[in-house]
Amino acid sequence: MLVFADNAATTAVSQTALDAMLPFYKEFYGNPSSLYRIGQKAAEALQEARQTVADCIGADPKEIYFTSGGSEADNQAILSAAEEGAKKGKKHILSTKFEHHAVLHTLKKLESQGFDIELLDVHENGIVTAEQVAAAIRDDTALVTIMMANNEIGTIQPIAEIGEVCREKGVLFHCDAVQAVGHLPVSVHAMHVDMLSASAHKFHGPKGTGFLYCRTGVRLHNLIEGGAQEKGRRAGTENVAGIVGMAAALKEACDNLEENRQYVTRLRDRVIEGLSAIPHSILNGDRERRLPGNINMSFEGVEGESLLLLLDDAGIEASSGSACTSSSLEPSHVLLAIGRPAEVAHGSIRLTLCEYNTEEEVEHIIREVPKAVQTLRDMSPYWEELQKGERKFYVVQ
Amino acid sequence: MLYSEKVMDHFRNPRNVGKIEDADGIGEVGNPVCGDIMKMYIKVNDDDVITDVKFNTFGCGSAIATSSMATEMIKGKSVTEALQLTNKAVVEALDGLPTHKIHCSVLAEEAVKAAVIDFYKKKGREIPEELKNFEINCESCAREPDRAGNGSSEAE
Repeated sequence: MLVFADNAATTAVSQTALDAMLPFYKEFYGNPSSLYRIGQKAAEALQEARQTVADCIGADPKEIYFTSGGSEADNQAILSAAEEGAKKGKKHILSTKFEHHAVLHTLKKLESQGFDIELLDVHENGIVTAEQVAAAIRDDTALVTIMMANNEIGTIQPIAEIGEVCREKGVLFHCDAVQAVGHLPVSVHAMHVDMLSASAHKFHGPKGTGFLYCRTGVRLHNLIEGGAQEKGRRAGTENVAGIVGMAAALKEACDNLEENRQYVTRLRDRVIEGLSAIPHSILNGDRERRLPGNINMSFEGVEGESLLLLLDDAGIEASSGSACTSSSLEPSHVLLAIGRPAEVAHGSIRLTLCEYNTEEEVEHIIREVPKAVQTLRDMSPYWEELQKGERKFYVVQ
Repeated sequence: MLYSEKVMDHFRNPRNVGKIEDADGIGEVGNPVCGDIMKMYIKVNDDDVITDVKFNTFGCGSAIATSSMATEMIKGKSVTEALQLTNKAVVEALDGLPTHKIHCSVLAEEAVKAAVIDFYKKKGREIPEELKNFEINCESCAREPDRAGNGSSEAE
């Protein structure tokens, strides 16, 4: 059995999306800026896709800018707001400690340019509150940027409340909704967001495509200069097939959102229940306010990368917040942000499910993970020292 | 693939896993904060030959594989030969490691040295000059975010 349980990293392209895309590679491959038929056909498809995407998030098509993905959308939103803010002498930007690196690294760059970056705490449950945001907003705050759902621990932030606070105080609000779009209801009006980023390959669309919602009246600056595509805000010939595929995937996800959410939540809860039986294990992130498919757990005394390798051998594809799966040797900044000590963060795995996963697959996970954890604990001197009381357990059970 | 077949073989079927209850030398290096600990046990005969060696490791795939390989490389060797074991030799024997995993092989070399030093101490022997300054520290897992030209732990 092969179980793909890394849907927060990427997803399989849906048949609907693929079918929608193929004609734009083989038949209507024209440049949307061209006058002849296959070019115009591509231009029409882009317009339709823009309408579809806008409808799915309650926006106007004029407010949708197609990008190469979530990272580009995040970069463009934040850098635009920073540039506009600086013009008015506003150089304070508010965010959280556990944002995606597309946000954090962009903020770091701005910090080196003299911006005052403030990262809010996300507490042990992985949720920032609107009260925190309200208390931290200053007269010189140029932007608040907070993710809708965390990519590692899946916790869902009170975006509508935060948006309301920002709107009241007249501060621009950007939301990185890469993990949420297609999985949770998203309404840019109800959430009071000014800008919102999304990525197609997180909801069964193709890689290399995403979009930025930017409310009418909010100024965007270009990251890429050149032609007049995307109303002059993003140059480069449009990724027509990718955009068409994204729109088809998003429509499919939104049409089936409630059904998928219930089904995937049930699978998730079964996995959490099953794996919680492992001694000295702990769920990372709020138990209830988390993405339907997200399971992130730490197992003391084992290291995440070796756990992933054993799971791969058992046909389970997952990811880890362990330092050793990265090239940086640092454990996950998200797990550290919710207060997990490095020792515990090293022993964490993330399993992210989607509607393509089955109950049989979930049972396979519940059977195999405890075995792999035991195998590694049996050869772990750390586990032995924990059990002998020579070191102290962080996760007491 | 991230790892060579040899690394995966030693990870999946680690040699000499376990403990030696009446070990003549025990070396433990690394710490849980860094995400890896290696504990090595050696049994040494009257001719200073390592007749048995076992290890327990908490760590990533390459930490387990390098521990396993290091035990194979010192078994049957004299303690002075074991001290000559370099992390480079362990990496070569494993057909290479990704750049950011080299520190794991340093840990294996240190575990062997720590076990031999412990053996010398137990025997009341003089510690060789070059090992007098040997300290178990976190040098081998020093934070070097840009070592692989990439400071990101998140790529998705």
